[in-house]
Amino acid sequence: MTEWIEIGTVAAIPRRGARCVTTPNGKIAVFRTQEDQVFAIENRCPHKHGPLSEGIVHGASVTCPLHNWVFDLATGKALGADEGEVRTYPIDVVDGRIFMAADVVAVAAE
Amino acid sequence: MTEKLVIIGNGMAPGRALEKLFETDPGRYSVTIFNAEPRVNYDRIMLSPVLSGEKSFEDIIIHGDHWYIEHDIMLYKGHRIVEIDRENRIVRSEQGATAEYDKLIIATGSVPFIIPVPGHKLPGVLSYRDLDDVHAMMLAAKSRGHAVVIGGGLLGLEAAAGLINQGMSVTVLHISPTLMERQLDPAAGYLLQRELERRGIEVITKANTKEIVGDKRVEAVLLDDDRRIKADLVVMAVGIRPNAGLGKEAGLAVNRGIVVNDQMQSSDPTIYALGECAEVGGTCYGLVAPLYQQANVVAAHLSGDHATAFMPQFTATRLKVTGIDLYSVGDFAEGEDREEIVLRDATAGVYKRLILRDDQIIGAVLYGDTADGPWFFDMLKNQTDTREMRDTLIFGQAYQGGTPLDPMAAVAALPDEAEICGCNGVCKGKITVAITGKGLTTLDGVRAHTKASASCGSCTGLVEQLLHATLGDAYNPAAVQPMCPCTEYGHDDVRRLIIAKSLKSIPEVMQELEWKTSCGCAKCRPALNYYLVADWPGEYEDDGQSRFINERVHANIQKDGTYSVVPRMWGGMTSPKELRAIADVADKFAIPAVKVTGGQRIDLLGVKKEDLPGVWADLNAAGMVSGAAYAKGLRTVKTCVGSDWCRFGTQDSTGLGIRIEKFMWGAWTPAKLKLAVSGCPRNCAEATCKDIGVICVDSGYDVHFAGAAGLDIKGTELLCHADSEDEALEIIVALTQLYREQGRYLERIYKWAKRVGTPSILANVVTDKDKRRAYYDRFVYSQRFAQVDPWEERVNGKDAHEFAALAEFGLPVAAE
Repeated sequence: MTEWIEIGTVAAIPRRGARCVTTPNGKIAVFRTQEDQVFAIENRCPHKHGPLSEGIVHGASVTCPLHNWVFDLATGKALGADEGEVRTYPIDVVDGRIFMAADVVAVAAE
Repeated sequence: MTEKLVIIGNGMAPGRALEKLFETDPGRYSVTIFNAEPRVNYDRIMLSPVLSGEKSFEDIIIHGDHWYIEHDIMLYKGHRIVEIDRENRIVRSEQGATAEYDKLIIATGSVPFIIPVPGHKLPGVLSYRDLDDVHAMMLAAKSRGHAVVIGGGLLGLEAAAGLINQGMSVTVLHISPTLMERQLDPAAGYLLQRELERRGIEVITKANTKEIVGDKRVEAVLLDDDRRIKADLVVMAVGIRPNAGLGKEAGLAVNRGIVVNDQMQSSDPTIYALGECAEVGGTCYGLVAPLYQQANVVAAHLSGDHATAFMPQFTATRLKVTGIDLYSVGDFAEGEDREEIVLRDATAGVYKRLILRDDQIIGAVLYGDTADGPWFFDMLKNQTDTREMRDTLIFGQAYQGGTPLDPMAAVAALPDEAEICGCNGVCKGKITVAITGKGLTTLDGVRAHTKASASCGSCTGLVEQLLHATLGDAYNPAAVQPMCPCTEYGHDDVRRLIIAKSLKSIPEVMQELEWKTSCGCAKCRPALNYYLVADWPGEYEDDGQSRFINERVHANIQKDGTYSVVPRMWGGMTSPKELRAIADVADKFAIPAVKVTGGQRIDLLGVKKEDLPGVWADLNAAGMVSGAAYAKGLRTVKTCVGSDWCRFGTQDSTGLGIRIEKFMWGAWTPAKLKLAVSGCPRNCAEATCKDIGVICVDSGYDVHFAGAAGLDIKGTELLCHADSEDEALEIIVALTQLYREQGRYLERIYKWAKRVGTPSILANVVTDKDKRRAYYDRFVYSQRFAQVDPWEERVNGKDAHEFAALAEFGLPVAAE
């Protein structure tokens, strides 16, 4: 049974923007679109490891700030001519509060 | 079983032959190519635009690497064949690679003709034949010295025009009394010379080179009348001769070129010669159209069609120098049995001459207006009787049969077999069939499917008219590049409509201009944000989410995701206090690297994002503000020490630089804007490669602009002279505002200037003082809202979400 942890509120992320959640396994970028959809993906472009949370958000996609790769926030797949993908993480939004699976944000203790 | 086809040479002719062969008889041959040049097949005709900077090498590649892979071609790049063993049917390269052949094509092209005057081997003497020559010329051009081009033919003049575009001064030496005498009559040659001279190219005709002189490298060219012309670079473009040596060594019949029959077979029927190295019917050809015809013959023969034969034909010549229209075809020598019709319009610079024999056109020379060239050419080929239209013939097709003066109508009136693209031998019918049959709507589509206009590009206008005539309004000939895939509008249209429709926010623009995406993309949003910032100062609220990360967090993102921080140092001046503060900040935040920048300031590299506000707070406390080193906006104003310290300084360059920087900081511009002020013409602040530069002189200030020292290197142009500091400042500010209002997002000032033209800039900021003042005033107004230190704002809490994580999870405490 997965435990879900609150990571913050939707309002804390700017529209067409992102913020990061730091975990022992690296950063997860949490995006908020113009229409208030929320997505969580790995904050690391597979191309040259650009921080995707710093990219420009348009529709449900983000353009990497380093070399303009574009990723679909829902699937994590690169769009256009580039090939690659980032991990996506399931999230849940309840009353403007964002929840994420506990085993994602913390390394499960033995 | 596949047969083995080996090709020596990888130029345009064998490339075309292979295309044709793969089309008609795919899979029959396994192909091996040896190319002495270390690269793929490219469009040699387009070397001139590469030299002049209008195209890049990538633009002129015909077959990229993938094409060779797709067709299973073994391509040896940089392999020169040194031996053909006809007995065993094997070729061997310099590096020792060998290949067996069933059929061999020799396509070794030609070598430039070098006049063996003393000094012709000095460093700095080049020919003009391949990409290496072009690169060597472009490198030499960086010295901005003087180039001498020997040879006033097609190639020489294209080289001269390219070199002057690259910033060199150029002299053309030509041995005949008029230029391009093989293609042009003396009158057109004279018009051409006048046009070249107007562009700053010096032309010396009847010039016989005696010697090229120089100690370690070329220094000058000596003529036989003892004139001496200074030269940092000499380009020999006096002609080419077929490169037939390999054929000769292999024992094939060779005259000037490798002798072939009209099926392009040499004296050994398993060996073909193709292109400039081949001599067919006693003639060696050098223009692309007959060479492509030869390629088709070879391909046909290889696929078993032995009926197709090479037929000599007239070819038209065009000069590929932007802005010079010149067309000639056929025979235009004067003679007893010939008549001519001449039209001259001195003011418009138009000269047309038709040569007729027995009422048929046998030659045409057109200068200044070449639109009717293909029409005349067509009549020449068809031996059309011109008696009926004799009176109006010279005025061109539009005047025949009362058809209106409409190029569209002229194209529509052409018969289907009229040749549109001379390079690739594509006729009108083939293009219209492709447009309708394949549903083509763009020039690129036509190029891809028919090859028309895909070589030298001089028939591009005709192809566009054909698209228009065939598709009607479905074809948009304006060819405006859309800003991005979200819209059909180009940058200029969007800017115009933002003002015309009074659009004051990004959603408003997207709504009114019918954007195709819900909220744009990473290309259009930053552009729109800039346009709105620039056009509606004080009204538009900057949209941080539409800015690139650097401008959003006011620091430069580095490859590892850390940031660099550059505080302003006005005019490059600093103080012990500022330096101490920088040192303290570097220690306090363990900043790993501190570097002096090219813009006379200090860069703190490797700052963690969450530390940015802290770093800024400490720098602010010492009186420093953001240097905007990340901005599409005013970056730096470099200065030298000027009359304050320097014994050569004519004015207070440091003071003027600081004054300009304090006046202009905070301004957003279409692309980054870098300035410099030098205190004397020695130019220690390197002002002549800046976006805007000032050179102080005794009598005041020379204001320069449109330089570049990045991807492109370009010296500035002199805009005007100002008598006082105040005047210089007003001119610089007005120029910047004009650029802010007209520049396309990410378009540097030199590109903008090239696009709109220096005369229009002069008219707005130099000659008309009221206009200048109006631009100045608009800039001053907009600065009221722009001169806010973004660091201080963020130290005080703005955009705090940017600098802190949403949530942080560490390692959980280990459970027992």
